[in-house]
Amino acid sequence: MQTEIIISGFGGQGALFAGQLLAYTGLDNGMHVTWFPSYGPEMRGGTAHCVVIISDDEIGAPIVKNPAAVIVMNIPSLDKYESLVRQGGVLVVNSSLVDRNPKRDDIQVVLIPANEIAEELGNQRLANLVLLGALLERLDVLSIEQVGEGLKGHIPAHRRNLLEANIEALIRGAELSKEQLEPA
Amino acid sequence: MAKELLKGNVAFAEAAVRAGCEAYYGYPITPQTEALEHMAKRMPELGRVFLQAESEVAAINMVYGAACAGVRVMSSSSSPGVSLMMEGLSYIAGSEVPVVLVDIMRGGPGLGNIAPSQGDYNQIVKGGGHGDYRIITLAPATIQEIIDLTYEAFDIAEKYRAIVVILADGSIGQMMEPAELPPMQEVRKREDRAEWSLTGAKGRDPRVITSIYIDPAEEEVFNLHLVEKQKKIEANEVRFSSLLLEDAEIAIVAYGTAGRIAQSSVKQARDEGIKVGLLRPISLYPFPYDEIGKVADQVKRILVVEMSGGQMLDDVRLAVNGKVPVDFYGRMGGMVPLPDEVFEQIQELNQKANA
Repeated sequence: MQTEIIISGFGGQGALFAGQLLAYTGLDNGMHVTWFPSYGPEMRGGTAHCVVIISDDEIGAPIVKNPAAVIVMNIPSLDKYESLVRQGGVLVVNSSLVDRNPKRDDIQVVLIPANEIAEELGNQRLANLVLLGALLERLDVLSIEQVGEGLKGHIPAHRRNLLEANIEALIRGAELSKEQLEPA
Repeated sequence: MAKELLKGNVAFAEAAVRAGCEAYYGYPITPQTEALEHMAKRMPELGRVFLQAESEVAAINMVYGAACAGVRVMSSSSSPGVSLMMEGLSYIAGSEVPVVLVDIMRGGPGLGNIAPSQGDYNQIVKGGGHGDYRIITLAPATIQEIIDLTYEAFDIAEKYRAIVVILADGSIGQMMEPAELPPMQEVRKREDRAEWSLTGAKGRDPRVITSIYIDPAEEEVFNLHLVEKQKKIEANEVRFSSLLLEDAEIAIVAYGTAGRIAQSSVKQARDEGIKVGLLRPISLYPFPYDEIGKVADQVKRILVVEMSGGQMLDDVRLAVNGKVPVDFYGRMGGMVPLPDEVFEQIQELNQKANA
């Protein structure tokens, strides 16, 4: 089985790191992975994205037209990727920064106010992992626990003080995602 | 050793370090700059030479000088930067010193853009700078392959006293994939440098490395020597990989990133029962003419896929020699063909093949 995930947002929102974390975790768990970034001036402010492919078989193309899942962290990303999510796929939207609802009704849409939650957790920059947690809840590819372990192994040394907060962000995102799935 | 998640540019740079590369000269250009960054950190750490030159012209001439001294030396760049190196490459070829160069191709011509492209096949594979010579050209499709080929490139360059270019596109430079790095080789000791190298003539007769042969008759002798060397390269260094060709009715020929994209399309088409296979040239010079010729004896049609307007296409046509129709699908300007696009081409070809 192969799962393609696109994570897209403003440069600095952590889209590329969230994707790398998935790739590292996939590798740590014996899967084939590729991580393919946008590498232009977007990295310094525009909309940056990465394509992560996780597979139990050798991966051919490192890019994809219709991904199984997309995380959009801002409006330009939603505009670009909403129509591309594969039928039956997952679209996680950072509703803190996106003020319109997706139109698709043939995919799972998860709306997460990631910036507000990140702020509650004490750091705006945790929004990427809140959204990642929300996605993992809906995808049968890697568990929150596995990605938490991946984070322990691969968080840069100068961010190690944020490890617990990052794991908390993953869990909060997953919880919210689950709540939306099963309304109380 | 365990697999690590490595970015292509960092991976080939570290592979070169481990191959005992003693000196790196270069100039930053996207999409290969991470290689320069890695070398800037690693080479001084190991007591080796890293130098960011004032331009690609300077860098390749520094490479030329170091190669004359018999040390393992390399540079890397991307399309416009490599264009600037052409004169130097020709002098290096004319001097028969071993050099490794990595070219992470981007969209062109001109300044173009930084997106992945295969538009420089003709430039590198058909010779580079002026004069009668060939560049051994190796085209990786994965991060593991760019590591393995770069590591081996130094041996190949020294074996033939020739230039080896690793020709990849921006996506291989930029993507991350799990791969394993080879063991570390120490740099060559001074006393172990080649018998032709310029190491200081104290106590022995001076050696001369030059590309000047004023007398045309002498130049021709040198040219004939290069031709003889090319025959050996063509006999020994052809590399390719093949996928599902045994019973194929349609064959795709594609290299590098286009090759791995085609691999996805082949699997998709096989699921639909279409008998299609893939031949992926790894050495572009020497080109797998004979192997593609054999495939042409067996299949009904051949599809060439490139991230160019059709450059390797000419070599495939030479190999096929009119035996079967050769079709082409390419994207240009930094656009990368999607597996679905190639799959549609296969479907179309399958209808033609069985019409």
